[in-house]
Order: sequence, then C-alpha cells, then structure tokens
Amino acid sequence: MMKPFAHALALALALVAGTAAPVFAQGGPLRIDITQGVIEPMPIAVPQFVAETAGAQDMAAQLTRVIAADLVGTGLFREIPREAHISTISNFSAPVQYADWKAVNAQALVTGAVSTDASGRLIVKFRLHDVFSNGEMGEGLQFAGTTDGWRRMAHKVADQVYSRITGEGPYFDSRVVFVSEQGPKAQRQKRLAIMDYDGANVNYLTDSSSIVLAPRFSPTGDRVLYTSYESGFPRIYVMDVGSATRRPLADQPGTMSFAPRFGPDGNTVVYSVTEGGNTDLYSLNLASGQRGRLTSAPSIETAPSFSPDGSKIVFESDRSGSQQLYIMSASGGEPTRISFGDGRYGTPVWSPRGDMIAFTKQNKGRFHIGVMRVDGSEERLLTASFLDEGPTWSPNGRVIMFTRETQGENGAAALYSVDISGRNLKRVSIPAGGSDPAWSPLQR
Amino acid sequence: MKTLGTIAVLVAALGLSACSKTGADRFGADGGAGAGAGYGAGANGAYGDPSSPAYFQQAVGDRVLFLVDQSSLTATAQETLYKQAQWLLTNSDYKAVIEGHADEQGTREYNIALGARRATAVRDFLISQGVPATRLETVSYGKERPIAVCSSEDCYSQNRRAVTVISGSAFSS
Repeated sequence: MMKPFAHALALALALVAGTAAPVFAQGGPLRIDITQGVIEPMPIAVPQFVAETAGAQDMAAQLTRVIAADLVGTGLFREIPREAHISTISNFSAPVQYADWKAVNAQALVTGAVSTDASGRLIVKFRLHDVFSNGEMGEGLQFAGTTDGWRRMAHKVADQVYSRITGEGPYFDSRVVFVSEQGPKAQRQKRLAIMDYDGANVNYLTDSSSIVLAPRFSPTGDRVLYTSYESGFPRIYVMDVGSATRRPLADQPGTMSFAPRFGPDGNTVVYSVTEGGNTDLYSLNLASGQRGRLTSAPSIETAPSFSPDGSKIVFESDRSGSQQLYIMSASGGEPTRISFGDGRYGTPVWSPRGDMIAFTKQNKGRFHIGVMRVDGSEERLLTASFLDEGPTWSPNGRVIMFTRETQGENGAAALYSVDISGRNLKRVSIPAGGSDPAWSPLQR
Repeated sequence: MKTLGTIAVLVAALGLSACSKTGADRFGADGGAGAGAGYGAGANGAYGDPSSPAYFQQAVGDRVLFLVDQSSLTATAQETLYKQAQWLLTNSDYKAVIEGHADEQGTREYNIALGARRATAVRDFLISQGVPATRLETVSYGKERPIAVCSSEDCYSQNRRAVTVISGSAFSS
C-alpha cells in the first residue's frame, strides 16, 4: 500500500550533432502563439522512433506513443496518421526527405532514436524539424536514464517540442497528487494518490481508513501537505513523497486545522485553524515551529495561496456576508477584496507566473472554474457544471486541472483539465474517481 | 479506526433509506447516523430505557437542521436542543461529540468551516442550558459525510445538520 517508489530519476542531457542547418524559431513559420487563439491545430508527424539496439523496438514504440499523446493532448497539434506518411525514418542520422513530409502537409516533424547502452541505461535522441523551412528547429537532444523512467524521457522530449513551437514553458514532465475516490456517495473511500500529469503511474500514499482532503505540493515536489481525519478531527500532515512517511503539524488541542499550502520558500505553511466556530488564517515556520496568526475576524477565512514571490497571500473570506476573494501581505494586515462579480468566489490559487488567480465560482446553482487578474479585472469563466471546484495550475501556467462532480445519488468525482483559454476541456484518465488535484512543479 | 469504518458503512445504508423515505423517520431509522466515533449499532442500550443513548437518538432527537449557508438555530432546532440539554443534565455521566455537516453545494474547505460554525452553535446552546462545556466536543465533516445522496433540496436539507453523538460514560471519572 504505502510502498515507496522511485521519483528521482537522473536524466542526463546532451546535444546531438545536427544533420541540417538549424533554423531560428523567431520569424520562422513554425510557431504557435497560444495567446492569439488557436483555431486549427498544427499538423505534426511523429514517426516511430528508430530502435538502434536489439530489443529497443517495444520501448521505441511506447515512447513515441507517449510523445504524440502529450502533444495532441494540448489541443494545439494534430497528428498526421502513420498510414499517410510517405517516408519512413529508419536511420536517425540520415538526411530527412522534407519533400515527403511537405506532401502530407506536416508542418512539424519529430524524429528520434532509442537505444540501451552497455550498462542497461536507456538513451533517447530526438530532433524537431520545421518541414517548410527544410531544417531543424533548435538542437537535437539526447536523454539518458534508467529504463523504468522511460515515460519521463518521453515527456521531456514532448516538452522540448511544445516549448520550442509555442514559446511557453514545459509542463509534461510533472506529477499530480490527488484524492482517489471509490464507493458510493454516502460511503466514499478516500486515499491520497500520486500520478504522472496524464494519469499514468498512479501510486497510493495512504490507505482509505480515514478521510483525506486537499493535498498540496512543496515548491520542489518532494513533500505534500494534506488534511486527514485520522485523529478523529481534521488535522494537517506533511508527507515525504519518496518514502510516504508522514508527520502531523503541531496544533493546539481542541482546534481543527486544514487548507494548508506551502510558501515558495518550502518552509512556511499557511493554513486555516478553527477554534470554536471561528476559522482564521495562520502561518507556521516548519523549521522553527514558530506560529503566527494572520487574520482575526469573526468570519471564515480559508483557502490561502501565496504569490510566487512569497510577498502576498490570496484567500477567501465571507466577511462581506458571502465567500469572496481577498489579497493581503504574507505577514497579515488589512486585506483588499478583488472579486466583485455575481455569486460566491472560493479556492483562489495564484498562478506560477504571478499574473493571475484561478478560482471556483458559485452562481445561480452552477459552479465554474475561472481566472482573473491579480487586481480582480478581466474575470473569465472557463467551465460550467453542476459542481466544478478546486483549480490547480500546470507548472507553466497554461493549463488548469480541477474536480468535477456529477449530480444525483450516483454522482462521482473526476479530474478534468482545461486550457486557460477555455479550450481543450477533457477528463484525466485515472482508474477510479478523483478529486482535489494539485499539480507538481516541473521535475528536474 | 476499525470501528469507524463499520459505522461509516452503517451510515451509508441508513442514508440511502433516509433519502427514499420522508422526513418522518429522521429520528427513527437513521438515528444512529453520526459519522464519528461513538456507539456502534447494538451498543446503545434499549430504546425503552430513557437513560440510554438509543433513547437520546430516537426519542429526544439527536440532530438539528440548518438553512442554506446558515448556522443560526431555528425555533425547531432550539426545541430539540432544549430536550437534548435536559437529557444531558439528567444523564450527567455522558459526554457528547457534536458533528457539524454541510450539503454538497459549496467548496470543500469552506464547508468544513461552515460545519464547525453549526456544531459550535449547538454546543453554545447546550452550554447556555447548563450543560458543562467540558462534556461537549465539536468536529466538522463539511460535505464529506452526506446521509442523503440525491442532488436536490430534499437531501440537502437533511445534510445541513449537526448531530449530537453520545460518547459514553467511560471518561466521566
């Protein structure tokens, strides 16, 4: 159940000598500007990577599939089916016949090779080609790592392709911690789980003997904060992801604590404490154990989230009579309200780029995931359903994952993701139900 | 923790039946539906014994209901709590855990805070009637433990509740 698993995978990176003069991204035709609103996905060819050593055939096939799935999954690319290919890539070093790829209208072409070296390490090489410029886009790269880390290598390749073409930061080589849910609605069994961003490699971090809620990653992805009822009362725990060992945070007897989130220093934790009927925000220094009170209001203050520079906290409060979003200094003080639309606003999360806040909005019996500028302007709702809640940002700030729960006695929770443009809404494929996703930083 | 699991299963079964019936059996069939630690099925003593937790659940009434997003006590709730207080004062060996709950129409963490408000409103009322504070604990389950599972007001109204779970005389000394 709680078996530790390898998460630190040494990925060695090296340049691959080019076969054609690289073309420069700027000004070239191979470019997706996400902010301009993509109407037509870019046609891309991802022929199966060449197996350069005996026995690498299966690995090459799997790797290529994951790379293509990452790219197509963004909604920004359309894969040209293999049956339509005129050329086959059978030698990674041979010159590419660009005319053959132009003929099938591939704008981008990813070629690659897979081999294992004498010590059993997996080596993956790739090149990105700008077909209509007859050349490579950026340098070819080589990754080396252990065989069981093959999916990470595939994600690294896809991240390179995605970043070079969009100019956005990478995000495929990341993980998500979430609450796995099983059983009917009045008998829900919840366990903490972790997976690759695309739903693969699910591992369980706790058993289902007590309710667990809302896990959140540390800034380096090595630890997770979450809330568990294992003591009979909601209490915050910090878990080491590699070993699945956990310890409770210090709390005061007779109080409940929940809604924890790390600060960017990885040492400060902000969270809610309920004493009697009143819920306020506190901060805790993990190293020193020193605790500070950030709010002292008779209202509910919860769901705090730090700005990336650690100077401010966005949170929700019902001090105005309904749930609304506020920003205050990370040391407390007078908050400024930023949400003013119709309905109630909760679960604010600061984007990794620092420029936006994602939130849950409840209005006229419907739930929405939305984003707004840090000053509350330019509110945009990305989703609408019976119950959407709890957004989390991809490491590059382009995609939001959240919980969607269906209604009725057979209602179940699932994980969904959506681009911050509002496009590409899709369900994340996991073995059971899921809720409360939290996206990790990009893995190193 | 093992007993907690068993009780959770019981809650589920009872919750399903509660949804399909009218509210008439609120203090009857699902009377043992407290989600937390406390008496399991069969350990409550006889219903006919006025000093038993079973009597408290079924005859006195172990729960009060709340309006949407509210934690103030309705007149009906105060009537029930007045009877709870009388029972607790008479049966002074018992302690109680008051569990606050919310319906599913709200975000998870806010609902935990809201459930705490509801449980505390009940606790404060019982204290105002003379029940010693040391005999009363509160916990909130937010929207994590619904007893009625439909997605309409019929069920939501049953889930917006605070349940007084009698937790035994063992720790009275």
